[in-house]
Amino acid sequence: MSKNLRINNKQFVDETRKLSFVFNGKKLYGYKGDTLASALLSNDIHLVGRSFKYHRPRGIMTSGSEEPNAILQIGNDDALTEPNVRATEIELYDGLICNSQNCWPSVKFDIGGINNFLSPLLPAGFYYKTFMWPASFWGKYEYFIRKSAGLGKSPSKQDPDMYDHRYMHCDILIVGGGVSGLIAAKIASDDNKKVLLLEDKELLGGSLIYDDNDISKIDNQKSSEWLKKLIDNIQNDKNIIVKTRTSLAAYHNYNFLLARQNLTDHLSVNDRNNKIRQRLYKIRAKKVIISTGAIERPQVFHNNDRPGIMLASAVKKYIDYYGVRCGLENVIFTNNDSAYETALSLHKSGTKLNAIIDIRDNSSSEIVNKVKSLGIQIYWNHSVVDTKGYKRINKVTIMKLNDKGNDVIGKKIELNCDCLSVSGGWTPMVHLFTQSGGKLKFDNKDNIFVPDKTNLNQLSIGSAKGDFELDDVLKNSIKDTKKFLNIENSNFDKIDVKCSKEKDKKNIWLLPSDKPLSKTKPFLDYQNDSTAKDIKLALREGFKSIEHVKRYTTTGMGTDQGKLANMHALGIVADTTNTNMGDLGTTTFRPPYTPLTFGTIVGRNVGQFFDIFRKTPMHDWHVDNNAKFENVGQWKRAWYYPKDGETMYDAVQRESKAARESSGILDASTLGKIDIQGTDANEFLNRVYTNAWSKLQIGKCRYGLMLNEDGMVYDDGVTTKLGENHYLMTTTTGGAANVMSKLEDYLQTEWPELDVFLTSVTDHYATASVCGPNAKKIINKIFKNLDLSDESFPHMSFKEVKLGNISCRIMRISFTGELSYEINVEASYGKYIWEKCIEAGKEFNITPYGTETMHLLRAEKGFIIVGQDTDGTMTPVDLQMDWIISKKKYDFIGKRSLYRSDTIREDRKQLVGLLTDDPNEILEEGAQLIKDENKNPVDMLGHVTSSYFSPTLKKSIALAILKEGKKLKGQKLLVPMIDKTIKVTVSDTIFLDKENERING
Amino acid sequence: MFLINCPYCGERDQSEFVSGGEAHIARPKQPTELNDDQWAEYLFMRKNIKGIQFERWNHVHGCRKWFNVARDTSNDKIEKIYKMGEQPPKL
Ligand SMILES: [Zn+2]
Repeated sequence: MSKNLRINNKQFVDETRKLSFVFNGKKLYGYKGDTLASALLSNDIHLVGRSFKYHRPRGIMTSGSEEPNAILQIGNDDALTEPNVRATEIELYDGLICNSQNCWPSVKFDIGGINNFLSPLLPAGFYYKTFMWPASFWGKYEYFIRKSAGLGKSPSKQDPDMYDHRYMHCDILIVGGGVSGLIAAKIASDDNKKVLLLEDKELLGGSLIYDDNDISKIDNQKSSEWLKKLIDNIQNDKNIIVKTRTSLAAYHNYNFLLARQNLTDHLSVNDRNNKIRQRLYKIRAKKVIISTGAIERPQVFHNNDRPGIMLASAVKKYIDYYGVRCGLENVIFTNNDSAYETALSLHKSGTKLNAIIDIRDNSSSEIVNKVKSLGIQIYWNHSVVDTKGYKRINKVTIMKLNDKGNDVIGKKIELNCDCLSVSGGWTPMVHLFTQSGGKLKFDNKDNIFVPDKTNLNQLSIGSAKGDFELDDVLKNSIKDTKKFLNIENSNFDKIDVKCSKEKDKKNIWLLPSDKPLSKTKPFLDYQNDSTAKDIKLALREGFKSIEHVKRYTTTGMGTDQGKLANMHALGIVADTTNTNMGDLGTTTFRPPYTPLTFGTIVGRNVGQFFDIFRKTPMHDWHVDNNAKFENVGQWKRAWYYPKDGETMYDAVQRESKAARESSGILDASTLGKIDIQGTDANEFLNRVYTNAWSKLQIGKCRYGLMLNEDGMVYDDGVTTKLGENHYLMTTTTGGAANVMSKLEDYLQTEWPELDVFLTSVTDHYATASVCGPNAKKIINKIFKNLDLSDESFPHMSFKEVKLGNISCRIMRISFTGELSYEINVEASYGKYIWEKCIEAGKEFNITPYGTETMHLLRAEKGFIIVGQDTDGTMTPVDLQMDWIISKKKYDFIGKRSLYRSDTIREDRKQLVGLLTDDPNEILEEGAQLIKDENKNPVDMLGHVTSSYFSPTLKKSIALAILKEGKKLKGQKLLVPMIDKTIKVTVSDTIFLDKENERING
Repeated sequence: MFLINCPYCGERDQSEFVSGGEAHIARPKQPTELNDDQWAEYLFMRKNIKGIQFERWNHVHGCRKWFNVARDTSNDKIEKIYKMGEQPPKL
């Protein structure tokens, strides 16, 4: 610290706790209580980055979330590094490492800075205009844009931190712990309401807590002293939960809000171990009070972006709160009274203030009179027309304004200055109000947008609603809160407030200069480098809507969402187009109010908790037997069981052969199961399936196809009649939940008169499916007394038998075409019955097979898989399954759609089989079918839906959907692949055992 | 995120519900009597209005009951909730 920038004995920083940190490789020191920004400033560092487009040197400008420039990369660890962190918001901790982002090779020597000299060539819309064509060049442009723009780098490793989510409910949520929020909290608590109070800083009190002038008094006490007592009171109040370091991220409808609490970011890295880093609160509030305050506006003049040019309120906070002087040669430039508080703070701290430049003709308020009495030079009716100093401001040039305020006159005056405090008035933070759907109205007196209409149970108070002077803030907050909460009296009713009152106002959105506008750089959006010129250019080029102007010039599109820029942009548009600002409308502020980390958003839902997964009762057996799993919906299904280093192909070939030649066993527990009971159950099945169910006898099973009302295949499965009014329906694994919902929907809304009850029993039963020529022998070994003869237990029938105490529902149904038994038992016996089958099947080489082999076996038989061979555009007729559509039934779901003009077209895509000319060539699923390779563009006739090499047939087989497929049987088609074209012949969909003889073993 | 007052369970978070689109579109009793245009009217045509819209909602992660909601699409305010089979309120 070469210069004396620290003011000692400030209550908010702890000078006994010195902290070291590293900025751009240099070790520096600050104190506990500092933000990174105040610590940098105390080391006389203003220059922290380069601007996005012109790479101009930029310094710390603010002391809060509106900071556009001091955006740093924190940490140098591949997993923990975080880009785009505002130095003004991060609390200093010991060992903090940070780097400037937007400069290369260094912040002091920046190659992109050459853009600054090229800037006449980089007007608004430059990127749109230049990088449009040819599209193939985008990859190259992008590389250069990203490299030179470089808004930080993402961590490259997994985030090791822990994040948390929590729900909260309250009567009153108060967002913002400044004086108005604190008063509202106390009033609500005194009325016995449960209050949740959020404050994004580490301490309550807002800007009043470090107020240090002798003019503002509450109940005859210094306002900050009065406030401290209120805070003590609130911290001991059982009705009020206070969450500090907690910023509101989003305000949704129905008073549902998201807030993010920082729990460890202010701790040194070693103290963070095993602690939750951030917590996301999901809050439901009966009522919401927004007391988020206001942010100061800068002023728009030539070269208003140099390091050392700061908001006046920020300069004041750095002095009064952090005890840091931002410069030793201060100048203030303002259009209102509030900057005079900065003047008093500078004076009180013994910091040199060279002059105040005020665009107003005069002001006679109490605070201005006090500053006048101190002998500080004030240039009334003057404006700054230029600044000097490349990496830090060193001079300002001022000139007198003419009567209209649209030009400057007289002699130039040059003032020494290493810190220029700028104030252009205040903007209420209405972001949350608009996010929640509230509509704003324009206040011509203060040139601000203030909350107007809302549909929600909410209230804006304090400067968030447009009250800026202490007496208005307090008295209106008290009055409005009481009304909002229906309270007659409060303990604040007799409050006595004294403060300076502003009498004179003047506002010029774009200040005049002695140079033509085209030769100046009056910045609006510091982060995106958009200037007043760009706004005017956009208007000249015909952009009218403020949303379009914003996008074209990128004003307000940075990570700060234009918190500083938006009002000036609107003001300049209004002035240029001679429109009333209130008629322009504002741009929309979208959540999050300040950026959120992905970690906070996902919370604990990472890794194995990202999504739930379901395991069958036999899961452990599959794991023990080396199964590979595939995800089917949320289920983990055994996919195949490789032996001795087999590939998937080898394993599937072996499993398929075993199932056809002797026996195989499949875990079919995941199939959806719905228990259907009631006197109208049979009628219900008639209505939901395409085929007829009236004649199904008890103990028999039937395959059914379910359509959507549009006639497209929705689901399929076998239903068994267990009793007179009792059925067990099975659905596809992935479709189970949707089928259940659909059936419930029809029962509740279309057919409430039906006496039918549905119960999902998918998880209640486990299913082992034993198939193959030896299946009967295996089942016979387990169920010795069961008559398995075809007469007693034919295909598509069911028997309930006991194995010891376990009752087993055995269905003789087949998805493989083989003789096959599905044993259903209560889930807890699933593994037992599975192992029983394995043991009994040992002598027959019973082979466990997974979903892949199941798919191969059914494809040989031409059985469809809904969702693989269908895609929501296939009718049963398209699938060549006309046989399953009942001609006798008057109605079923989707029936009418089967003869719509579109569904009866003969040239629809239809399911066919495909055989490759080379039997060893296996098609890729998804591959396209074409006829004429030379046609351009080529006609896409369909695609392969299922494809396998059949070990039984010793050739490749495939199913496909093909335009007019039914007519094309025997025709040659082509399947173009990246390196070759495969010749195929359209075939029947059934490749094996057309006579269905294998079904009987 | 709405708060929805399920007529069977009470107020619950929107995440427990699914919307089933426009309400009061009864499935025709005799679909076979309808021509293509009439059937298409039932099958495809849905309103998308600014203002009060009558919708079906299902408490899918709760009692699984369907019910009707009159919602103002301009501000998502739920004006009325009523059971299946009841007539839409005059709003
Ligand atoms: Zn419910």
